[in-house]
Amino acid sequence: MTPAAVDIRGFGYRPPTRTAWALRDVDLAVTPGEHMLLLGASGSGKSTLLRAMAGLLDAGGETAGEVQVDGLPAAAARDRVGLLMQDPDAFLVLSRAGEDVAFGPQNRGLPPDQVEERVASALRAVGFPYPAARPVAALSGGERQRLALAGVLALAPGLLLLDEPTSMLDPDGAALVRRSIGEAVRATGSTLVVVEHRVSDWLPLVDRVVVLTPDGVAADGDPDSVARHPAARDTWLGGPPRLPARPRAASQPGTPLLTATSVTYRHPGGTVDAVSEVTCVSSASSVLAVTGPNGSGKSTLAHLLGGLVAPTSGAVTASPTLVAGTLADTRPHRWRARDLAGRIGSVFQNPEHAFLTGSVREELAVGPRAVHPHRTDLSGTVDRLLDQLRLAHLADANPFTLSGGEQRRLSVAAALATAPQLLLLDEPTFGQDPTTWRELVSLALDLRDAGAGLVVVTHDLGYRDAVADATLQLDQGRVVAP
Amino acid sequence: MSTPLALPRELGTTAFTRANPLARLAPAAALGFANVVTLDPVTPVLTLVVVGSALPVVGLPPRQLARSTWPLFAAAATLLVVNTLAYPAPGVGSADLGVGATTAVRLLAVALPGLLAFATIDAVDLTDAVVQQLHIPARFGYGALAALRLMPLLTQDWRHQALAARARGVTPRGPVARLRDVGRRVLGLLVTAIRRATRLAVALDARGFDGARRATARPSEWSRTDTAWTAGGFVVAGVVTAMSIALGAWQPFFG
Amino acid sequence: MSSPVPDVERASAAPEASAPPGWQTVEIVVTATIAVAFGVVFWAWNLMWAATGGAFAALPPVQGLLYGVWLVPGVLAGLVVRRPGAAFFAATVAAVISALLGSQWGLVAVVYGVVQGVAPELVFALRGYRRPGLLTAMLAAAATGLGSLGLDLVLYYPTWSTSWKWLYLATLVTSAVLVAGVGSWLLRRALAATGVLAALPASRQE
Repeated sequence: MTPAAVDIRGFGYRPPTRTAWALRDVDLAVTPGEHMLLLGASGSGKSTLLRAMAGLLDAGGETAGEVQVDGLPAAAARDRVGLLMQDPDAFLVLSRAGEDVAFGPQNRGLPPDQVEERVASALRAVGFPYPAARPVAALSGGERQRLALAGVLALAPGLLLLDEPTSMLDPDGAALVRRSIGEAVRATGSTLVVVEHRVSDWLPLVDRVVVLTPDGVAADGDPDSVARHPAARDTWLGGPPRLPARPRAASQPGTPLLTATSVTYRHPGGTVDAVSEVTCVSSASSVLAVTGPNGSGKSTLAHLLGGLVAPTSGAVTASPTLVAGTLADTRPHRWRARDLAGRIGSVFQNPEHAFLTGSVREELAVGPRAVHPHRTDLSGTVDRLLDQLRLAHLADANPFTLSGGEQRRLSVAAALATAPQLLLLDEPTFGQDPTTWRELVSLALDLRDAGAGLVVVTHDLGYRDAVADATLQLDQGRVVAP
Repeated sequence: MSTPLALPRELGTTAFTRANPLARLAPAAALGFANVVTLDPVTPVLTLVVVGSALPVVGLPPRQLARSTWPLFAAAATLLVVNTLAYPAPGVGSADLGVGATTAVRLLAVALPGLLAFATIDAVDLTDAVVQQLHIPARFGYGALAALRLMPLLTQDWRHQALAARARGVTPRGPVARLRDVGRRVLGLLVTAIRRATRLAVALDARGFDGARRATARPSEWSRTDTAWTAGGFVVAGVVTAMSIALGAWQPFFG
Repeated sequence: MSSPVPDVERASAAPEASAPPGWQTVEIVVTATIAVAFGVVFWAWNLMWAATGGAFAALPPVQGLLYGVWLVPGVLAGLVVRRPGAAFFAATVAAVISALLGSQWGLVAVVYGVVQGVAPELVFALRGYRRPGLLTAMLAAAATGLGSLGLDLVLYYPTWSTSWKWLYLATLVTSAVLVAGVGSWLLRRALAATGVLAALPASRQE
C-alpha cells in the first residue's frame, strides 16, 4: 500500500438545491505520507472538502476545478481512500465486530482469506480489546469508534481522511482513538488529512496545518506560523479564547434551588442503574458542572434534575425559592409542563430534538405561550431574545435549516424564553467555534450573575474551568468527586 | 426494544434453528395458507396439535415462548368476542359462539407458526438468505440491515423529543392538540432519521457499498435438511387439509 | 454558513441536474430508515391501540378509523423518495422488522407489508412516478386501505354480514385517505421545508 498524493486545483462546489457555493477557489496539494490538519470556522466547507477528496460528493450539485488523488479524479480513485466520520453509529453495519470490519473488503470483492487477514490486522492495529465475535451492541462509544477505524484501515487506504473522529467521545476515549490513528498511520505510512476541533491534542501527529474558508485556503504551513495568521482566530489553533476578566459576582452561592437526594434511576427493563445514589445541590447564582466519561449517567441526571423523568428511588426537591408560588408538590417531575417550564429550563444535547414549530420566531413564542396562555404581548420577549442571541435575521427561517451553531443558540433562547430560575445545559459547547464558545461562556456567567442557578453537563474541561463554581464528577452513575 | 438484532440468549440449538431462515419460514407459510383457505374448525385444531407437538424442535425456552405468544392469544380472544357478537343469527340477533371460536382458533393456526419461526431468526442471517437464495439485490438487503441498526437510536430520539416538549411547557390537551402533537413528533423523528440515514449512506459508500463486485464471507447455505423442512411443511399442510376433507369439515371460504 | 433567507427557498432559481438513472445508496438507506422510524412510532402507537381496544370492542369497525397510521410508511416513502419500488421496499421492510422484533403477527405481518407496498406502488406507477400531488397520495392511500381491508376480511372477519363489512370498508378507507393520504402529503411538505430532502436526487424536481 503506497501513500496517496492529493492535488486540488481551483476547486469549488455548490450543493444541490442551494444557490450559494459551499467552497470556491481551493488550491491544495498534499504529498504522499504527509499528515495534515484541516481547520476552519463552522460552515467553512471542511467536510465538503473531505468528501470531495473521497469522491463522495453529491453529483446533483455543481463542481468547479478538480480534485485528484494519485493523478485520477477523486471519484475514480475511491478505492485508495478511507473516510472515518464522527458518529460510529452511522457507520457500523453488522452485529459482530469482525463481520463489520470485513464489510468494506468484501464490498471490494476481495477473496475470503485476504478479508480474514485484513480484519485480523486491522483489529490489531487499533488495539481492539475483544475477540472478533464480540457483539457491537456491547461496545462503548469509544470502542465503537475504534471498530469503525478498523473498518477503514481494513481497506488499506493510501489516503486516510478523518472528519472529526473524536468529537463525540469523552477525553479518555478520544485519546485512545487518537493513539490508534497515530500508530496506524506510522505503521502504514499513509497520507493523513484530519479535521478536528481539539486542535492541541492533534498537533503532535501532524506536520502541516491548513485553514479553510468558503473562499479558499486562507493559511497553509507549519502549526506555529499558521497560528500567527489572522485566519486562525476563528479556529482553535491558538487554544481557548482569552476571556475578558470578570469579577466574581458572589463568593458564596445563593439560596439552594433544587436538591437531589440519593436519586437513582434505572431505565424500564434495564439491568443496571443509569444513575445511582447521587446527591447534589443547585443554588442560585452558581454554576454546577457535571463531568464524567460517556455513559456515566450525566444526561440522565440532567433529565432527573430537569423534572422530566421520575427517579426510581430518592427524590429531587425544589426549594421554596424555586417553587415561588402555589404549587403543592415540591417534586418537579410531578409538575405540569407549563409550571415546569417557567421554573426549570432544559437545553438538550441535540437541539433538533426540541424544535416544535416551523419558524424561529414561533419557536421562541411556544414556551411563553404555554406558561402564560392569556398574555398576548409576547413579541417583546421574542424580539429581545432574537437580538440577544443574534437570531434576528433568521426570525422566519425553519429551525431545521439553521446551522449547528444557530440551532444551539436557538435552543438556548427557547429555554430562556420562559425565564426559568434554574437552567440545565447538556453539552452546550459541542462542536462550537471559539466565537460561539466565548458567547456561551458569557451567557452562562451573565445568567449566574443575574441570580439564576445553572447545571452544565460537559466534556469540555475548558468550559468547565471558565464557568463552574462547583463540579460533580460521575462514573457509571455514581458520584466520584467531590 | 433494547437490542433488536439479538436473539434470546437461551435459544436452543435444534435442527430447526440451524436450518436456513427461509427453510424455517416456508413451512410456516404453508401451514398458514392451509388455514386461511378454510373456515372449518378441524383444520386449525389439527394444525395447532402439530405445532404444539413440534414445540421442542423450535428451541424456544418456555418463558420466551410465553412472552412472545401471549399478545397473539389476546388478539384471538378479542376476535372470539368480536365475531361471536358480530355474526348475525338468522332471524334473531343472537350470538354464535361456534363462529367466534372457529375464527379465533383459525387465527391462531395462521399466525402462530410464522411467529414461532421468526422468533428464532436473526436479522443478519435473514438478510444473507434473502440476498443469496431469493436473489434480492444486495444493496437493498444490506441497506435495510444498516438502517435497522438505527432503531435503538431513533427510539432514544423519540423519547428525548417527548422530554424536550415537556421541558418547553407543552402538554397537548384535547383531541386536536394531541393529533397535532403526534404529527409534530413524527415529523421531528423523520427529520432526525433522514439526517442519520444520509450520514450512514455516505459511510456505506465510503466503504465501497455501491461497488460492482461483492464477495460474501457469510455464505447462506441451503442443504438437503432445508429442503426437507420446506417439503415437510407442505406435506403436513396437505395432510391436515386431507384429514379435514375426509371428516367432511373442510369449508373453503371462497366457496 | 447563515444567510438572511435560507437559500433552500430559492432552490427553484438554481439549475438542477436530472436524477441519476438508478437507485442511489442514500435513497435506499433513507427509504429503509423511514420504515425503521415508523417501526419506532408503531411501537409507541401499539401501546395506545391496546388501551383503546377495550372501549371499541363493541363496535370493531370503528377501530378502522385508527387504522390509517399503519398505512403511512409505504405511501410516504413513495412521496419522499420518488423511485419505482420505494413504497414497496419501505412497507415490506417495515413489516419484516416488526416480525423480527417479535410482533405477534409474524409472517402475517410480512404478507400485509407486501400488500401495503404493492397497492400504493401501483398507483404511483400509473402516474408514471412523476411528482405525486395530493390526489395521487390520497389514491395511493385508498388503494393501500382497500388492500388491507381485503386481507382483514379474509383473515379476521370472513363471517361478518355484508353491512358490517361495508361499515368497516367506509371507516378504514376514510382513515386511510385522511391519515395515510393527506397526512403523508402534509408530512412530505413539512419535510421538504426542513431541507432534509435535499440529499435525495429524485426528490428534487419540485
